[in-house]
Amino acid sequence: MMIVEWISWLLLALGGFFVLVGGVGALRMPDLYTRMHAISVTETLGTILVLLGLMVMAGWSLASFKLFAIMLFLLFTAPVSSYALANTAMLGGTKPILGGEKQP
Amino acid sequence: MMLETVLGVFTLTMVAVVAVATVMSSNLFVSSIWFGIFSLLMASNFFILDAADVALTEAAVGAGVSTVLFMGALALTAEKESYKQKISWLPIIALGTLALVLFVATFEQPVLGDPNAPVHVHVAPWYIENTPRYINIPNIVTAILASFRGYDTLGEVIVIFTAGIGVLSVLSFKPKGQKAISGERIGTKVRGVQHHAILRVVGKLIIPVLLLFGLLVQFHGKYSPGGGFSAGALFAAAVMLYGILEGADRSSAAMPQKVMLRLAALGATLYTGVGVVCMLLGGNFLDYNVLWSNPVTGQYVGILLVEFGVGLTVTTVLVMIFNAIANRPTYQA
Repeated sequence: MMIVEWISWLLLALGGFFVLVGGVGALRMPDLYTRMHAISVTETLGTILVLLGLMVMAGWSLASFKLFAIMLFLLFTAPVSSYALANTAMLGGTKPILGGEKQP
Repeated sequence: MMLETVLGVFTLTMVAVVAVATVMSSNLFVSSIWFGIFSLLMASNFFILDAADVALTEAAVGAGVSTVLFMGALALTAEKESYKQKISWLPIIALGTLALVLFVATFEQPVLGDPNAPVHVHVAPWYIENTPRYINIPNIVTAILASFRGYDTLGEVIVIFTAGIGVLSVLSFKPKGQKAISGERIGTKVRGVQHHAILRVVGKLIIPVLLLFGLLVQFHGKYSPGGGFSAGALFAAAVMLYGILEGADRSSAAMPQKVMLRLAALGATLYTGVGVVCMLLGGNFLDYNVLWSNPVTGQYVGILLVEFGVGLTVTTVLVMIFNAIANRPTYQA
């Protein structure tokens, strides 16, 4: 029982760490595309690890299945919304900052 | 208890920050996104307060449907504020005084969760005690909403129906001197995101799940959080997703305005009709006890029919408003 709890807390802490990294990246990166790159850490690794941690804590139950469904939903929608955002930004004329250019 | 307090303080602080950001941003597109975040934060705050039904409705309507409607309205007008208002001191002083009065009034309020607060000693204990006896469904919120306070909910349905009629009467007539544009230009204007294969494929995967969840919320509302209002918003969200993915002309072809209008009226009529049938069977208006030989079964049938009427009206009104807004560009010459 103790080991399961330890694994769960480890997963939750790791997930929290990646969410934090994504947040710092979103604040520190220079333009939209690199910011989205940083946030993608949050929405894949961060959420998956947090949800896995909660699933380990809940054990074999309906709550676990619900968390799994949420994870599946996020895995389907998060990359698609990132794609839509990046695509719309590109079409809308937001240029990425390339190497060698001056940062604003 | 401690965790709930921390989470509540956190979400409410975020709500205040987001509210200021909503007002301050001059770009209306950004402002409406902030507004969606505001609704989501409020929904999580409602959930912390154990009001799951309200949280579900707030998340579906506030964060989902109304953001889409704002986007549609912005596509018809402009993204930027047309002029910057100067700072005028009179409203600031008036609002500041009001805020101060409200702030002082909060000290007079009973503490959150205090069992001796007036709200907990008035009719709430009666509902909690007597719902199992009279109605026998686990979700007391649904019992109060659809049966004990059925008049109020009937009023809400009529308000939603009237709001739908109002929006339609503004949006659905043809502007003077402008003709409907040709099919080719419709293709570029209202055909949604048809050129994005990824969005269409994944979006279409979500639509059936959304409809299924809507059915669960509609018909399982007696046992778990949910009911006609949140289910209606979910159904409407599915139709809106279809309209965004495949083009608003197709969503309004699948859900024609005339049919939607009649169905909206039918939903409100169903609600009122259940009340009238109760009267004809010898009971009071919306007194479901007389609907069946056994009063508890009568309550069950009455709540089911009434919730169905609510769901029908909410769905169709939201779909009508979306279709009217999204198909508006076809008139701009």
